[in-house]
Amino acid sequence: MEVLSLLADGFATSLSPLNLMIVLLGVTAGLFIGAMPGLGSVNGVAIVLPLTFIVPPSSAIILLAAIYYGAMYGGAVSSVLLGIPGASTAVATTFDGRPMAQKGEAGLALIAAATASFIGGTVSVVLFTLFAVPLADLALAFGPAEEFALVLLAFTTFVGLGGDDVLKTIIMICLGLVLSTVGLDLISGQPRLIFGDLPGFYAGISFLVLAIGVYGVGEVLHTIETSKSAPQVTPAKLTFSELAAGLKAMNRLWKTMSIGSFLGFFVGMLPAAGATPASLMAYGIARSTSKEPETFGKGNIEGVAAPETANNAASTGSLLPMLTLGIPGSPTTALLLGGMVMWGLMPGPMLFIEQPDFVWGLISSLYTANFAAVAINLALIPLFVWALRMPFTVLCALVLILCIVGGFAPSQKMHDVWLIAAFGFGGYLLRKADYPLAPLVLALVLGPLMEKSFRQTLIAEQGNVFAFVERPLSATFICIALLFFILPLLKHLRKVLRKDVSAPAE
Amino acid sequence: MDGVGEFRHKGVILMLVADRVIALGIIALSAYFMWYAIALPIGWNGEAGGPGGGAFPFWLSLVMALCAVGILIRSFREQRLLDPFFDRETMRSVVAVAVALVVTIALISYVGAYVAIVLFLLWYLKIFGQHGWVLTGLLTVATPIFLFFFFEVTLKILLPKGITEPYFIPLYAAFF
Amino acid sequence: MIHKSIRGGIVGAAVTALFTLGSTSLASAEDWAPQKPIEMVIMAGQGGGADRLARLFQSIIQKENLASMPVLPVNKGGGSGAEALRYLSDNSGDDHKIMATLNSYYTTPLRNDIGVDIEEFTPIARMALDTFVLWVNADSDIQTMDDWVAAVKEAGGTWKMGGTGTGQEDSLVTAMLQDTFDIEITYVPFKGGGEVAKNLVGGHIDSTVNNPSEQMGFFQAGKSRPIAAFTPERLGAFPDVPTARELGHDIVYWMQRSFVGPKDMPAEAVAYYTEVFRQLSETEEWKTYTADKALMADFLTGDELQAYFLEEREKHAEILAAMEDEAS
Repeated sequence: MEVLSLLADGFATSLSPLNLMIVLLGVTAGLFIGAMPGLGSVNGVAIVLPLTFIVPPSSAIILLAAIYYGAMYGGAVSSVLLGIPGASTAVATTFDGRPMAQKGEAGLALIAAATASFIGGTVSVVLFTLFAVPLADLALAFGPAEEFALVLLAFTTFVGLGGDDVLKTIIMICLGLVLSTVGLDLISGQPRLIFGDLPGFYAGISFLVLAIGVYGVGEVLHTIETSKSAPQVTPAKLTFSELAAGLKAMNRLWKTMSIGSFLGFFVGMLPAAGATPASLMAYGIARSTSKEPETFGKGNIEGVAAPETANNAASTGSLLPMLTLGIPGSPTTALLLGGMVMWGLMPGPMLFIEQPDFVWGLISSLYTANFAAVAINLALIPLFVWALRMPFTVLCALVLILCIVGGFAPSQKMHDVWLIAAFGFGGYLLRKADYPLAPLVLALVLGPLMEKSFRQTLIAEQGNVFAFVERPLSATFICIALLFFILPLLKHLRKVLRKDVSAPAE
Repeated sequence: MDGVGEFRHKGVILMLVADRVIALGIIALSAYFMWYAIALPIGWNGEAGGPGGGAFPFWLSLVMALCAVGILIRSFREQRLLDPFFDRETMRSVVAVAVALVVTIALISYVGAYVAIVLFLLWYLKIFGQHGWVLTGLLTVATPIFLFFFFEVTLKILLPKGITEPYFIPLYAAFF
Repeated sequence: MIHKSIRGGIVGAAVTALFTLGSTSLASAEDWAPQKPIEMVIMAGQGGGADRLARLFQSIIQKENLASMPVLPVNKGGGSGAEALRYLSDNSGDDHKIMATLNSYYTTPLRNDIGVDIEEFTPIARMALDTFVLWVNADSDIQTMDDWVAAVKEAGGTWKMGGTGTGQEDSLVTAMLQDTFDIEITYVPFKGGGEVAKNLVGGHIDSTVNNPSEQMGFFQAGKSRPIAAFTPERLGAFPDVPTARELGHDIVYWMQRSFVGPKDMPAEAVAYYTEVFRQLSETEEWKTYTADKALMADFLTGDELQAYFLEEREKHAEILAAMEDEAS
């Protein structure tokens, strides 16, 4: 097969001693950058991009792939250990990863995250190897209407996430959506909700700011409160038998992980969608197809594996539109695209034909980087777990410092640091009053995509609301979305009906 | 409803009270958002087709406010909300940390991140956490050094320096 | 001699840079040199055309060692650059901050009152003028400007033109087209030029006025077709594509790519940065890039640049006023 021989050539370059060194270095650096709340692959890639001009392009792309993968793995580390998602792609990982850490199973959660990431990454690199070129057309078929339908689908896989209090969940979803509209309205070009005309609000409210606020600062305040009476996090230890048990547990999750991998790859491949909706959908599907959905959110290992497979698969998938269409699906791929232009490569439909060496070198380095990332990550887990054994008063102080610095780093605005403090205090109070925080964060992540694609479609279709169901792809997504919305209602209804039937008998 | 008064004098804020105060806060917040949202068209067909720029924030804020009203009404009918929300002890430590955080962030703009962070760590570890001098000293020295090398030297993300800026010029010359 | 034999290869270029390190950076540092990293504020978000270009500049500066301190790009794209403009005006006299601008440099303060007067900023250097071309999907029957106008007229207002946000460059060009041909177009705003290009090729919109750099990949793959260029002369990259002016319609529009400093930037610092960018404009990388992407490298500095900015601001005020009349 032609693909295989091309790939073999690619491996020949990516496995040279220099390149192996680069992979190890890149993955380790990426891992730490990703594990830092506020920093993600985009920071890592931005930093090394100018450096890549002093090494040959083939090594440069390997370095970038290694950092990219390392940071993706690292994102899960801060989600599990600190409960702060380092990037929007790792939000879903906190839902069960954090409770697992609180039960003293941080090591297990990290193992699950690492193996799941590895499987997701591997499956999607294989899919990428085989189908990259034909799939580019599918990405093109995605217009605003399809985008909206997909985001709607991502949303509905999450119905009822916050638990039982419907009113409070609705409030949080609305609040998240409203906060997502802050900034410049793309469609009319007018500023909106620029509170007090502060320039900081022109850029809108970043997901990271809200997440670091409610999950970082809010969590610390919560810990201070609860640690007065009893320690909240059981010191985690990690032994070989636990490691074996962890791998065994993963063995049962092949269904979740294969759904996560495929879903992640296909959703990630769509420009503008990317890894965040993919990981949320994978989590939602894992929960709604589970036999015991009530254990999700309380430390179910499946709830860590599902989003982690999906987000890693999606990160690989998102390279596809970048390479085949020249459209970056995320800030990180945008930077990679810039780098390629610098190396004199023209991303787009012709790249696979004109630059096969580069393309296959990149694909083979994805394989290598993925292997290196899982190995290094597993090796470092004991270190991460050990960090959790610090006394609370030390851990909390350091987390607060990380929140401040990590909140400042991406935008370099003190405005965002103030917002983090405000969201932290607000989030703490809301959480105490039993308001669910996950829907708030989700809504802020998905809100901008949803509003933008909704309005784009209506403008393009002269206000025809049925445009969404007239197109086959978007109609399909909307049907599935409705299904997800109705199913829990039906389940609930059946329960209520049963109760009514049984009640008179009592 | 009768039990409310009995609990109040012990310095305890009840869940019930907190629930109502937060619901009122959300209603106020919604009104604030709506006030800003009406600067842009909130109806259908604001532009060539579809909703106007203010529609999303306006109507969603309205839903938010209505739900909060629902919570308020519900709070008058429920009895289970008599658990404490805050006791005095909790409130004291949470407020202390919150104030320290605000002071630290305010200081960053003037005396720079490094001074502010050192002061925060000193307070948190020594006074709030009651740790020994060895641990406190170690962390207050190690943290800024780590931050400098990780963020500034490696990632090229400069942290705010405020009036301490001139002292960093030799460091820049050495490490960049 | 060594230079010639290894030029072309990227490693080679890097080695060359190392050899010439001493001479270039010393030559540019006359009496003022940056003492800390230089902050390069970008008026657009990460990943857009402006951002990519700014990072290209950063990379060339680093690779060729044109500045003695690293240049650190910071994106402040909020509010179509309003955030960046406010930031720069809040940092008067700062000699370690420069800003990469695009046309929102004029349009943003014109459209919304953000309390910034661009006349106060210190002009440093204009690097290039980006061009605009009318594009259609390669599957459509449209071959000429006349075909296009006829098709738009036939669509009766439902013709979908994709572009960047309302009030930004693409929408201005669209407004000029509407005005010139007396046609009605539905303008669909997208988040960035790349997304616009993709939606054209995917058949979700009918035409675009993308910069050539955004459509180049699709054009080379035969998926999109240039109809007319909005430049005074034909573009080297598309010798067969007529200009609108040739066809008798006076539509010329540029996207400027310049650097400015805050108000009251010391003259020595301005001289230093000007020299950095002058050297940059003469590098091989920059020349190749401008040729490939159909950019007009047009270096301009000092008072002439300021005069250019003010003149452009006038023009944009007129276009925007015409657009608003149209809308109301």
